[in-house]
Amino acid sequence: MAAVKGILGRKLGMTQVWDAENRVVPVTVIEAGPCRVVQLKTPERDGYSAVQIAFGTVKERRLSKPELGHLQKSGAAPSKHLAEIRVDDLSAYAVGTVISADVFATGERVDVTAVSKGKGFSGVMVRHNFKGQGASHGNHKKHRAPGSIGACATPARVFKGMRMAGQYGNVRTTTLNLEVVEGDAERGLLLVKGSVPGPNGGVVFIRNAAKGPAVAAPDFGARAAAAPDPVEPEATDDVVEATVGDAEGGAE
Amino acid sequence: MNATDLVDRAHLRTDIPDFAPGDTLKVHVRVVEGNRERVQVFQGVVIRIKGSGVRETFTVRKVSFSVGVERTFPVHSPIIAKVEVVTRGDVRRAKLYYLRDRVGKAAKVREKRV
Repeated sequence: MAAVKGILGRKLGMTQVWDAENRVVPVTVIEAGPCRVVQLKTPERDGYSAVQIAFGTVKERRLSKPELGHLQKSGAAPSKHLAEIRVDDLSAYAVGTVISADVFATGERVDVTAVSKGKGFSGVMVRHNFKGQGASHGNHKKHRAPGSIGACATPARVFKGMRMAGQYGNVRTTTLNLEVVEGDAERGLLLVKGSVPGPNGGVVFIRNAAKGPAVAAPDFGARAAAAPDPVEPEATDDVVEATVGDAEGGAE
Repeated sequence: MNATDLVDRAHLRTDIPDFAPGDTLKVHVRVVEGNRERVQVFQGVVIRIKGSGVRETFTVRKVSFSVGVERTFPVHSPIIAKVEVVTRGDVRRAKLYYLRDRVGKAAKVREKRV
């Protein structure tokens, strides 16, 4: 909770850059935004406060009428991807505000959420990094098997949560506390240190780090003022704080 | 074009001369000592060129006080001040790992006759 800012983007792939001390830094290149605020969720109306943003463009006929109507209400172009940022203080946002890659500055910490690559039904060696069993010493057809999964008459059952083979990947995961190495506002690119979940071309959600230091609310300044239909901001003077104490573990 | 090429382009260097495995190079390396920076020269034979684009690296081997020393540099690394090609070598393979097993005159790479 207590996010301050976030953006949707597309993972382009990984590469490397050099830092100020001439060290190689592995980075993931994310085409972030531009995203448009399509709805403000308020405690009075929705029971919680959040900012809903839309990303990417899509043909109108690819959307259902309810989807299209929802987007048209805010004047946004037809977009496939919506996300909500749980923001305590909505005063920085208005419907129509455009969020671009420059909301994140170099050196900031972010969490990146995406659907990981699906690996299908995987065995325990792939899925849980089990060691498997010996290649020889009389082993027969059990080279990649998990071994024992429990005792005998006591407890006479297999404990819940026992790690076994099954579907691996294709779940929504979050990589926490990644450093923004570079923000390229001109081309709308964000360079994030390290890897992020999902395939190249996948949609990722980036927000300020839940477990990172507090960050100030974004200032959309002129763009917010130029928004077509600015909703009355709430009269709250609370300073948004994303302190370690406030932050819950990740988005999920 | 790869999607990440836009990012890579800013880091690619154009001032590195063309060289191939077997060539003898003088690699001028920036060395930072405290807050002072000086340039050190590493001279040897290129035994390997690996990768492409911004991730391309090359390995230079020399024998220093009868100990073989190999150093791998990223081609586009900012620590390289300059690369000089001393001689062009005449070799038949891309990876010259066989040089590691040779000493003395046998470890010499023939010079390319133009």
